Amino acid sequence: MEKRERIVRRIARELHDGDYVNLGIGMPTLVANYVPPGIDITLHSENGMLGVGPYPLESEIDPDLVNAGKEIVTELPGTSYFSSADSFAMVRGGHIDITVLGALEVDEEGNLANWMVPGKMMKGMGGAMDLVAGAKRVIVAMEHTTKESGHKILKKCALPLTGTKVVHMIVTELAVIEVTPKGLVLREIAGDTTLDAVQKSTGATLHVEGDVGKF
Amino acid sequence: MNKVITSAADGIALIPDGATIMCGGFGLCGLPENLIRALHARGTRNLTVISNNPGVDDFGVGMLVRAKQVSHFIGSYVGENKEFERQAIAGEIKYTLVPQGTFAERIRAGGAGIGGFFTPTGYGTIVAEGKETRVIDGRHYVLEAPLRADFAFVKAYKGDTKGNLIYRKTARNFNPVMATAATVTIAEVEEIVEAGQLDPDAIVTPGVYVTHVFKGAYFEKRIERRTVRQLQAV
Repeated sequence: MEKRERIVRRIARELHDGDYVNLGIGMPTLVANYVPPGIDITLHSENGMLGVGPYPLESEIDPDLVNAGKEIVTELPGTSYFSSADSFAMVRGGHIDITVLGALEVDEEGNLANWMVPGKMMKGMGGAMDLVAGAKRVIVAMEHTTKESGHKILKKCALPLTGTKVVHMIVTELAVIEVTPKGLVLREIAGDTTLDAVQKSTGATLHVEGDVGKF
Repeated sequence: MNKVITSAADGIALIPDGATIMCGGFGLCGLPENLIRALHARGTRNLTVISNNPGVDDFGVGMLVRAKQVSHFIGSYVGENKEFERQAIAGEIKYTLVPQGTFAERIRAGGAGIGGFFTPTGYGTIVAEGKETRVIDGRHYVLEAPLRADFAFVKAYKGDTKGNLIYRKTARNFNPVMATAATVTIAEVEEIVEAGQLDPDAIVTPGVYVTHVFKGAYFEKRIERRTVRQLQAV
């Protein structure tokens, strides 16, 4: 299975019936394709919508209906629209159950860096800082290491932060890691890896409590 | 009082060089494209533009950027515009990035007479640098200031002769909040109706916020990412 598919399939299992969920641009958006049967969630898009549906058929295209990634989408029955100010009031006010975002770095305190690479032009944080500050649960979806096998899960983030002490869970193609007050706790590892290999790919100590599951 | 004017050109005629303009829209969706085209044609310069994104190279606020009409841009994400990037790197345009929710709330505060607010967004990041912080009920907050403009360009779906506005789907976005936060608010709509024709319970922007309203001559409504699915065999 492709890395990204493995990650988003595992994250989809974190969803509960009735959750209001915001999926970040890119890989996190794919979580919507793997929502387990019997789980009914409502997708929030920070540009002012609850009830985001799939991409339209060619015949259904409506330029007035886009998601936060500026992709054209459809609405599901029960959709509501609201202004950007209302949308972020919802986010900061703790009304969104889960947000899933990508990351450049995460550290053992749950600090997140995902918007700015030094030396490159700053393109902006969009809604990411509000989402991580406000959502009840923040799940990071990312590949475990950089393309050059460098660590992305660290003792302390080096890049400029998006939020401090905001991440609850990290899901990569190798592991499911929970951020706790005492540090990073390894909950599950992929079926084709080992505890040792996961720890070697991680720049912070992974604590093990009881059984580590497989996914 | 009838707030209807005949064209975008009438709406922007009195905007001076150096003005601060809020511009509704998210990406290319819900953009006051007729007003932007008119301002581009008139060549008004040295503008401060407050808009979530600077559009793309040849559409939306990007038209004003490309024509070097914008000296300062304030928004939350500038990643889809190559010419903007070129000007930013060359130091030809100043830009200020604000987290999107803080951006919306600062405008809301500007329109609602609120002198500032404490938000958890950006605490402990570079966004909070130099700003007052406070712990309220155990949570860290950053003080943010209101944002206002001389003019607001707003796109709505329908408007009536008294300036009441309704929107359509996600083309609403920043338009209603920006309508509240400028000295002069100009709304372009797809259809103008007589007062009384819009359901009073459905009005999103009451006419008190709107200075002028006009029917846009042409809406391109360009699509930024044409994501479609194929019909699957049953």
